[in-house]
Amino acid sequence: MISAPDVVAYTKEDGYEEEPYHEPALPEEYSVPLYPFASQEAHPWSKLSGAKFSRDFILISEFSEQVGPQPLLTIPNDARVFGTFDLNYFSLRIMSVDYQASFVGHPPGSAYPKLNFVEDSKVVLGDSKEGAFAYVHHLTLYDLEARGFVRPFCMAYISADQHKIMQQFQELSAEFSRASECLKTGNRKAFATELEKKLRDLDYTRTVLHTETEIQKKANDRGFYSSQAIEKANELASVEKSIIEHQDLLRQIRSYPHRKLKGTGASAPGETERGQDEAEQHATAAPHTHVDADADTQPAADPELYACRPAYTPKLIKAKSTKCFDKKLKTLEELCDTEYFTQTLAQLSHIEHMFRGDLCYLLTSQIDRALLRQQHVTSFLFEDLVEVSDKVLEKQESLPSQTSQDRPPARAPEECRVPQVLVSASSYKSSVEAVPIRMEQDLGDEEDKEAEAPESGSFDRQEHLDYLDMDMKGSISSGESIEVLGTERSACLLSKSDSQASLTVPLSPQVVRSKAVSHRTISEDSIEVLGTCPSEALIPDDFKASYPSAINEEETCADSEGAIHFQAGPSPSELAEAGEEDDEEGVRRGLDQTPSHIDASCCIGKESSAQLPPLPAVAHSLSDEDGVVSVCPQPLRHMEQACHMDLATENASPSLRDNSSEGFPVYELDPNHLLASRDTSKNSLDSCSDTHSYVGSIASTSSDRTPTSAQPPGPSSERHKKKAGQNALKFIRQYPFAHPAIYSLLSGRTLVVLGEDEAIVRKLVTALSIFVPNYSRHAKPVKHWVAPPLHITDFQKWKLIGLQRLASPAGAGTLHALSRYSRYTSILDLDNKTLRCPLYRGALVPRLADHRTQIKRGSTYALHVQSVLTQLCAKAFLYTFCHHLHLPAHDQETEELVASRRANFLRLNLGLVNEDVRVVQYLAELLRLHYLQECPGNSPPRLRSDYVPSFLYKI
Amino acid sequence: MLRWLLGAGREPPGLAEKSPFQSVGEEQTQNPYTELLVLRAHRDIVRFLVQLDDYRFASAGDDGTVIVWNAQTGEKLLELSGHTQKITAVSTFPCLASCAEQRPLLLTASADRTVVVWDSDTGRLVERLSYFQSTVKCLMVLPRLGVWLSGGDELCVWSRKLDLLCKAAQLSDAGITALAEIPKNCVVAAAGKELNASFVSGSHIGELIVWSALDWTMQASEWNFWDPSPQQDTQQEIKLCQKPNDISIHHFTCDEENVFAAVGRGLYVYNLPTKRLTACHKAAHDSSVLHIAKLPNRQLLSCSEDGSVRIWELRERQQLTADPVPTGFFNMWGFGRVNKQASQPVKKQQEVTTSCSLELIGDLIGHSSSVEMFLYFEDHGLVTCSADHLIILWKNGERESELRSLKLFQKLEEDGDLSHTAL
Repeated sequence: MISAPDVVAYTKEDGYEEEPYHEPALPEEYSVPLYPFASQEAHPWSKLSGAKFSRDFILISEFSEQVGPQPLLTIPNDARVFGTFDLNYFSLRIMSVDYQASFVGHPPGSAYPKLNFVEDSKVVLGDSKEGAFAYVHHLTLYDLEARGFVRPFCMAYISADQHKIMQQFQELSAEFSRASECLKTGNRKAFATELEKKLRDLDYTRTVLHTETEIQKKANDRGFYSSQAIEKANELASVEKSIIEHQDLLRQIRSYPHRKLKGTGASAPGETERGQDEAEQHATAAPHTHVDADADTQPAADPELYACRPAYTPKLIKAKSTKCFDKKLKTLEELCDTEYFTQTLAQLSHIEHMFRGDLCYLLTSQIDRALLRQQHVTSFLFEDLVEVSDKVLEKQESLPSQTSQDRPPARAPEECRVPQVLVSASSYKSSVEAVPIRMEQDLGDEEDKEAEAPESGSFDRQEHLDYLDMDMKGSISSGESIEVLGTERSACLLSKSDSQASLTVPLSPQVVRSKAVSHRTISEDSIEVLGTCPSEALIPDDFKASYPSAINEEETCADSEGAIHFQAGPSPSELAEAGEEDDEEGVRRGLDQTPSHIDASCCIGKESSAQLPPLPAVAHSLSDEDGVVSVCPQPLRHMEQACHMDLATENASPSLRDNSSEGFPVYELDPNHLLASRDTSKNSLDSCSDTHSYVGSIASTSSDRTPTSAQPPGPSSERHKKKAGQNALKFIRQYPFAHPAIYSLLSGRTLVVLGEDEAIVRKLVTALSIFVPNYSRHAKPVKHWVAPPLHITDFQKWKLIGLQRLASPAGAGTLHALSRYSRYTSILDLDNKTLRCPLYRGALVPRLADHRTQIKRGSTYALHVQSVLTQLCAKAFLYTFCHHLHLPAHDQETEELVASRRANFLRLNLGLVNEDVRVVQYLAELLRLHYLQECPGNSPPRLRSDYVPSFLYKI
Repeated sequence: MLRWLLGAGREPPGLAEKSPFQSVGEEQTQNPYTELLVLRAHRDIVRFLVQLDDYRFASAGDDGTVIVWNAQTGEKLLELSGHTQKITAVSTFPCLASCAEQRPLLLTASADRTVVVWDSDTGRLVERLSYFQSTVKCLMVLPRLGVWLSGGDELCVWSRKLDLLCKAAQLSDAGITALAEIPKNCVVAAAGKELNASFVSGSHIGELIVWSALDWTMQASEWNFWDPSPQQDTQQEIKLCQKPNDISIHHFTCDEENVFAAVGRGLYVYNLPTKRLTACHKAAHDSSVLHIAKLPNRQLLSCSEDGSVRIWELRERQQLTADPVPTGFFNMWGFGRVNKQASQPVKKQQEVTTSCSLELIGDLIGHSSSVEMFLYFEDHGLVTCSADHLIILWKNGERESELRSLKLFQKLEEDGDLSHTAL
C-alpha cells in the first residue's frame, strides 16, 4: 500500500474536533436530519473537517493524453454532494501518483506491439488543504486509438474521514477491485471488437489494393512496374503488416485471462491433468460443450463472422491513418461495453451505499455481522433475512474452495482453445479458391483439435502458437481473392445483417436468438449449413453484446481466483449455480469449460437467460431453437446441446422460484437482480407494507404458496424495523393482553388478527411479526391480510394472520370456522378489542414487552426485542443441542429420568417459569427441523396444538 | 394489567351446549395427537385409505388417482393414475411370506368399470381388467387362498394371477355393496336393497344376524356374520323398521370379545361371549359415524360426517347392576319391537344394562368436511381422509419431538459436526 506522505504529515490545529459529523445509520432518503442545518454546515461540528463536500463520494478521473488529468464522473452524480470541492485539482492529485510503469508499444526485439496487462494499484491519499482523503484505485483501459493503446483511469473514494479510509481499506480495495475488474472486462471485450472491426477494414483495404495492383499488372504487362504500382505494392505490404500486428493484438487481448492466471501461477500441473480429463470427457461424453467451445472460438476470427457482424461495413483505410491529437477520444462508456459500464456504475453506487455513514456505524455493523455469523444455527429464527443473506454470500464465497477442484479445468481447456482461435484466424487468411473445402477442413480441424487436445494438453502452448503463426504467415502470402469468400456468404448473410442492423440496441436475448434461428432455417441447405452451423456461435455472440448480465462472464475466472464477485448480494445465477452444483454437473462443466474469456459470456448468458422472468417463453423458444438446430448435419452435437439447455432451463426455473421466495437484497441498479427478483420485491413489498398502499396483495389465491413474505432488503428494512418497533410498542401500551398474544406467537400458536379495516390489521400484523419465529431463512410465516375462510393448512403455514372480518352472514360463518379451529389459534379481535388465547404466566414476555417501558423510539425498541430474542435463541440452542438432555446417559436410564432432567434443565438452568418452557420447546423444535432438513424451508413444520384451555381477555 | 378481565373462564362451547352430543373441552390431557401434518394431493373427495406396510399407505378417492404416502414423513411416494372415474373400492393383496417372488399388489376398482392391479412397490400398472359389466363396488382379498373377489352386479372370484375362477351373476338389483369373510372359506355379501342377505356360499350354523340399513331407503338389508361362540344361538331375526337415518349401520368392526358398530350417530359395543350390549353412546357425533376402529389400548376411534374424529375409551362401570338381557342385544338399540317410542324407557334400560361406558377423551379437528375414513398406524399415528380433499397425519407430538431429537444427534455424529454446532 502506497500512502502519500501527506497523510502522515497531516495534522490539524484543533485536534479534538476531528470527528466529522455524519448522519447516523439511516440512508438519507428516509431520514429526517437531526440537525436541520447539517447540510449547510451550520452546526458546530461541521466545519472541522474543513472538507468542502457534504459526504463521501466516488470520483472517476482520467489522465487524458490530450488535456491531462480530468474528472469524468462522480457517484452520486449530484453536484450538491461534492459542493465546492475542486474536482479538477483533486483529479490532478490522484492521477499524479506514478504507477504506470507499464511499457506498451514495440518492445525491442519484438516484431509486434505488445500489450501489457497491468495490475491495478491501490493508494491512499490525503489532501490537507481540501480536507479530503481518498482511496484511489488506478487502472488502465485499452483503446486502439490511444497512445500505446492504453488510457489510465482511476476511481477514488473520497471521504473527509481519514480513519474511515484507513480502517476500511481492505473492504474498499475488495469492492473497488470488483468494479475495476468489471470495467476492464468490458473494456477488453470492446477492445477486441474494435480490433476485429479494424481487421476487417484492413482486410477490405488489402483486397481493394490487391485488385488495383492486379489491374495495374494487367495494364502494363510489359515487365516493368510503374512508380504508382510500386507505391501500391508498398501500401499493400504495409497493410498486411498492419493486419498481422492487429491480429497479434487481438490474440493478446483474447488470451488475457489465460496469461493472468498463468501469471498468478494458479494452474498447477495437477489441474492441467484434470483439465485433460475434463477435455477428454468433453470430447466423448459431452459433445455439447464442443458447441460451446466452437461458440467460443469461432466468432473470434472466423471470416464469416465478420460478414455476419451486423451493423458494420468495412471501410477503406487510408494509408496515412495515424493517431492525431485533434481526434476525439472515446468516452469511458465507449471504451467498455455499455452493459459492463452500467454494471460498474451499479457496483460503484453499491460501494457508495455500503460505506455511507460514519465510521463507527460501519464498524458496528461489521461487528454485528461477524457476531451474527457465529450464531448461524439459530439466527434464522428471528434475525433479518438481509443479514442472513450476507451469510449465504459468505457460504457462496466459501464454495469456490470446494468447487475449485471442479473449477480449475476452466483454465485447462483454454490451452486447447487458444490454438483454435488461431486456426480460425488462419482460416480468415485462407486462400479463397478453397473456401468451402477449407471451411470443412477447418471444422474437421477443430474437431480434431478437440479430440487431440486431451493428449496434447500438456504441450507447450507457446510452441503451438508459433507453429500456428507460421501457418498463418503462409496463408497470408497466398492471400488471394478473398472477395469470393465475401460473395459466397453475402447472399445469405446480407439479409441477416440487414435485419440485425436495426438491433443494435440491447435486445432481449430471446429475440436475437429467435431471429438467428429463423435465418438459419432459411439457409439450411448443403454447404450453407455447413458454414452456418458452426456459427451457432453467432447467436451467443449477439447475445454477448446485448445481454445485460454479461458481466457474469468474469465470474468463472474471478471465482477461480477466489476473490472477486461483482454483485454484492448473491446473484441469482450464483445461487442457481450453487444450488445446481451437484445435479447440474454437466452444465457446470460446460460453464467451466468455457472459461472466463469473453466468449464465456455466451454460455453463461445462455444459462442466465433461462432465469429471466418469462420462463415458459424462454423454455419454449429454446426448445424451438433446438428443434431447428437439430436439422443441422450435426445432430449429435445439437441434441446434446438441447439437453444442455433443457437442463439449464429446468434447473434454473426452480432456482428462480426459490429466489423469489428467498428475499435476497435487491440492488436497484443491478438489472440482473431486478429482473430475476421482481417477484421478490413484490413479495417484500407485500409483506412490509404497513400501510394500505398495497391493497391488491397476492392474498387469498396464494394459499398454495409457501410463505413468501420476505424482509425488505437493505436500508429499508431498517426503516421497517423501526416502524414495526413503534407499532409494537403502541400495541403493548394499548392492549393489556399483549403478553398472552406475544406468547402465542412465540410458542407457535397461530395468532389471527381479526378486523374490518385492512390498514389497521396490516399495521398490527407487521408490528407483531417481529415476534414471529421463522421456519427457515427464507420466509416469515406471516400473512398480512387474507379473506376467510381459513383452512387447517393456513394454520400450518402461517403463524400470524391478518383476517378480514366480513359483514354478516358470512362473518358468522367465519367466526364459526374460527371457533372450530380454536385449538390451533389465538384470536385477536381488533374491532371488539378482545383476545382469546391460552393463559400466560411466564416471566419472559413481560421482559420483552413491558407496557411501562421507558423506551420511546421504535428502533430502540426493535433493538431491545432483538436482544431479548437473541437471549431466548441462545437458551433454545442450549436446550436443543445439550446431549444429555435428550439421550439417556446410560442404558439403564429410563425415559422418565431423561424427561425429568430435561424439565429440570429448563426450569433451573435456563430459569424458565410456567409457559416460558413451551416457548423454548417450540424454538428448539424449529431448530431441530431446520438442522435436519436438507434444504430447509420447503415444507412448513407440522402444526402443533397443545390441548390447553383458552381464555377470553377483554380491555 | 389490573384491568384485565378474565373472561368467563373456559369459554362455553356454544355449539356443544346446544346440540345433544357430547363434547370435550379444550383440555384433553389424554389426547396424544398434538401434531398434525396436512397432505394435499387429491383433487376430490378422498374416500379410501389402505395400509400397505409398516410405514406406507395408499389413498384413493373420487378423483380417480391413488397416491401412496409415507406415513412417517408424510412424503408422497407414488401417484397412480389409471382410472378415469372415481374409485369405488381399494384393497391390498399382500405377498405371502412363503413366496418371495410375489410382489405386493394393490387392487383398485373404479366407476369406469375396471379393476386395476398395481404393483404397490413400484407403482407399475400390472393389469387392467375391464371385463366387468357394471361398476365393481367392493373388493375382497383372501390372501390365505390366494384369491380375490369383486362384487358389483355380479360376484367374481379371481386368482392372484388374475384368472377368473368363478362368477355368480345377478344376485340382486342393486348389486353387492359389501363383502365379508367368514371362516370355513365362506363369504358373505350384502346386496343393496335385498331384505335378506344373499349368501354366496357357505353354511351359517349358529350365526348371528345383524340387520342394518346400508342405504337410505326404508328397507334395510341385512348382514350376517358369524359368531365365534359355538352354535348357541338360533337365528334371530328382528325387523328394523325405524328411521334409517338413526339406525343405519355404517361400519362395524370386531375383535375377539366385542363387536363395535357405528349406527347412525351413535356407537355401540356388543360383547360376543355374553351377547350383551356393553356400552353405547347414542349421540357420539354430530352427524353420521362413518368409520370406527378399535385401538389396542381399549380405545375406540370414530370419524364422522361432522368432520371430526373422536377418541373414546371403554371404561368399566363401577356398579354392575343389571343381569344379562336374554333377548339379545338388538333390543337395546331402541328399535325393533319398541318401534317408534324409542327414546326414554329404552334409554333407561340401557343405562341400567350397559356395564361399560364410552368416555370421550379427545377429538381431532382439522378437516372441514366429513371424515370418510381413517387408518391407524401403531408407530406413526393416525391418518384421516376427508371430503375436503385433504389427508391429515396425526402424530404424537411428544414422541415425534423425541424422535427428531434423536435424529438430530445422529446427524451431528454422522457429520462429525459437533464442533460445527458449537460455533
